[in-house]
Amino acid sequence: MEICISHTDKILDKYKGTKGSIIPIMQQVQKAYGFLPEEALQRVSDITGTRMSQLYGIATFYTQFRLKPLGKYTIRVCHGTACHVSGAEMLTEAIENELGVKTGDTTKDLTFSLESVACIGCCSLAPAMTIGEDTYARNTPAKAVKTIKKIAKGDKN
Amino acid sequence: MSKTKVIVGFGTCGLAAGAQAVYDKFKENEKNGYELDITSCMGMCYQEPMVEVRQGDKSYVYGSVNEKVVSKIIDEHLGQGQVVEKNLVLSPDQDTEHKAFIEHQTRFVLRNCGKINPERIDDYIAVGGYESAKKCVTSMKPEEIRQEILDSKLRGRGGAGFPTGAKWNFVADADQKYFICNADEGDPGAFMDRSVLEGDPHAVLEGMIIGSFAIGATEGYIYCRAEYPLAIKRLNIAIARAKEKGFLGKSIFGTGFSLEIKIKEGAGAFVCGEETALMASIEGKRGMPMMRPPFPAVSGLWGKPTIINNVETLASVPKIIEMGAKKYADMGFEKSGGTKVFAVTGKVKRSGLVEVPMGISIKKLLFDIAGGVLDDKEFKAVQLGGPTGGCLPMDMLDTPVDYESLMATGAVVGSGGMVVADQSTCMVDMARYFLSFAQNESCGKCTPCRLGTKRMLEILERITEGKGKEEDIDTLLAMGDKVKKSSLCALGGTAPNPVLTTVRYFKDEYLAHINEKRCPAGVCKELITITIDSKLCTGCEICAKECPQDAIKGERKQPHEIDQDKCIKCRICLGSCPFGAISSE
Repeated sequence: MEICISHTDKILDKYKGTKGSIIPIMQQVQKAYGFLPEEALQRVSDITGTRMSQLYGIATFYTQFRLKPLGKYTIRVCHGTACHVSGAEMLTEAIENELGVKTGDTTKDLTFSLESVACIGCCSLAPAMTIGEDTYARNTPAKAVKTIKKIAKGDKN
Repeated sequence: MSKTKVIVGFGTCGLAAGAQAVYDKFKENEKNGYELDITSCMGMCYQEPMVEVRQGDKSYVYGSVNEKVVSKIIDEHLGQGQVVEKNLVLSPDQDTEHKAFIEHQTRFVLRNCGKINPERIDDYIAVGGYESAKKCVTSMKPEEIRQEILDSKLRGRGGAGFPTGAKWNFVADADQKYFICNADEGDPGAFMDRSVLEGDPHAVLEGMIIGSFAIGATEGYIYCRAEYPLAIKRLNIAIARAKEKGFLGKSIFGTGFSLEIKIKEGAGAFVCGEETALMASIEGKRGMPMMRPPFPAVSGLWGKPTIINNVETLASVPKIIEMGAKKYADMGFEKSGGTKVFAVTGKVKRSGLVEVPMGISIKKLLFDIAGGVLDDKEFKAVQLGGPTGGCLPMDMLDTPVDYESLMATGAVVGSGGMVVADQSTCMVDMARYFLSFAQNESCGKCTPCRLGTKRMLEILERITEGKGKEEDIDTLLAMGDKVKKSSLCALGGTAPNPVLTTVRYFKDEYLAHINEKRCPAGVCKELITITIDSKLCTGCEICAKECPQDAIKGERKQPHEIDQDKCIKCRICLGSCPFGAISSE
């Protein structure tokens, strides 16, 4: 996969000389590319002097970082306590069935990625999920599938 | 008479429920002579989206507002002076069923949440904001402030409950010291910190200014979860405005004291709420806890003395300085001063944020304030203190909420999450869920937590699958005890709590799974069969349409049946039946 390395250079310039900036740099890189491409990490390593193994260690420790590209829309089903007792598992199951992928995977057409998150802090509106930046509250399996179908349809048109 | 104000609740919860559309609808009609504004979460999350109509000193609060209700409020209330009865939540003229939710609370930390516009510093100043910081920085000695906080009996609201004043007194002498606000609220089921950051960010900043001055720190960090984008946005605005006013930056209030505050975004690791892991994360490393001592107050961020306080703790500080230590301490109970915010969720009528003085009973909180169990079902348990807290049954609900009393029951105050479960919740599954969370979030550094939680989880999984053995319960208890005692940090030190408390209070359910291969709540997949009662089924076909497996068959308007070979026991049909004809046993 070809990437434009100038994004990475710009980010590295911004944080030049700031201590403890490895995680913010990686967050910005991920924001620019949608994931952490190896070439970009290599550049971060070269410029900051942080070893690749350390970068890999950080990338795999924090759930926010990903080493593979994501779908256009990321569905995050909340599995916090309140969502769990309100049926988050049923929600995930219904979405997995609808998309034909398991949690952690991306659909073949790269439209949807399905993830599970620990808690998005919308506990009183459980079960909750987010798609992209939007939060969807008080879901039922049917309602969630409907929401996803609607987005998929809108995306094709 | 002042102009009528219409205020829309713009917290994450309000926005998730549709507050933006409500705001836009009011905006369209703004020429009708009212002033439109936003505020943050009012704490009554179960009624979101919420709108307040403020007329002079009278305040009317509406709940579950959608665009249709907006039109009604504009026509009937604002137009004809007639309140929209159906959506009215709080009113100065009449009692509502929701009044109890607010009436029995003592809103101290949440004093400004849902009242002021969090994006406008003048709103905060108008309610006395930054007066306490000014008083501290210009006329108090650092040791006086530390004594005041110690006398107030304020304790760390992040979970451990360590006296804040004592923590501040431990700070070693050094050329550089740091002050950190721990806003890495990772506990599922707790969202008070999010609400305070979104609703009253200046109170947190003011707490940090006072704390930094009291310990002599000149650099501060707010470590906030990346999952809270709105909180981060409002904090950034708040820091910029406070700098413009000279409350932050160089020579604060014209004195020689300077403080810079930066925001660090977390990257999704529960263990980073632990203070040594949090500092490792700020330094740009994997967030793994370290052995203590040395404590952060002696050697913390980049080896310098560091104080770390939670959001709720810091938001209390300015008000304590204002009202005086004694008054605050008197509000509380025995060794715990002041109030605590609880996030009440799950199967409860009025879910949201509830702030009460330390020491009131759990029962009063859950039944008088939160209204009891949803749909008047039978209460089964309340899970307290986040994923590593404990589950308490009905006969323990007279326990007062304070650190020592809850500790004695096996549960903890923790960050203040309270999740209510009714009879449809399986306690073994609940314990399995919490342990799998802790197991997943274990950083892997120390063996008891990494392996102990894993082995315990395997046993629980076995029990929920109907393959449990009699000796499993004793093994769980023995392992739980060891993991608690020998883990490096509080994550492992508390991870067995849900298992230990459910065994203690709900042993019958464990035994039913192990001996009778039966899940009394009808949750554990391997042990249940889902059936349709032919007497109750009307053949409406709703369940058949919802079934992802096409396992439900039958003629229209005739009782349906489930093909047990096809059924994957997802229980979707259970929730879909309007006649209660489907059951799982």
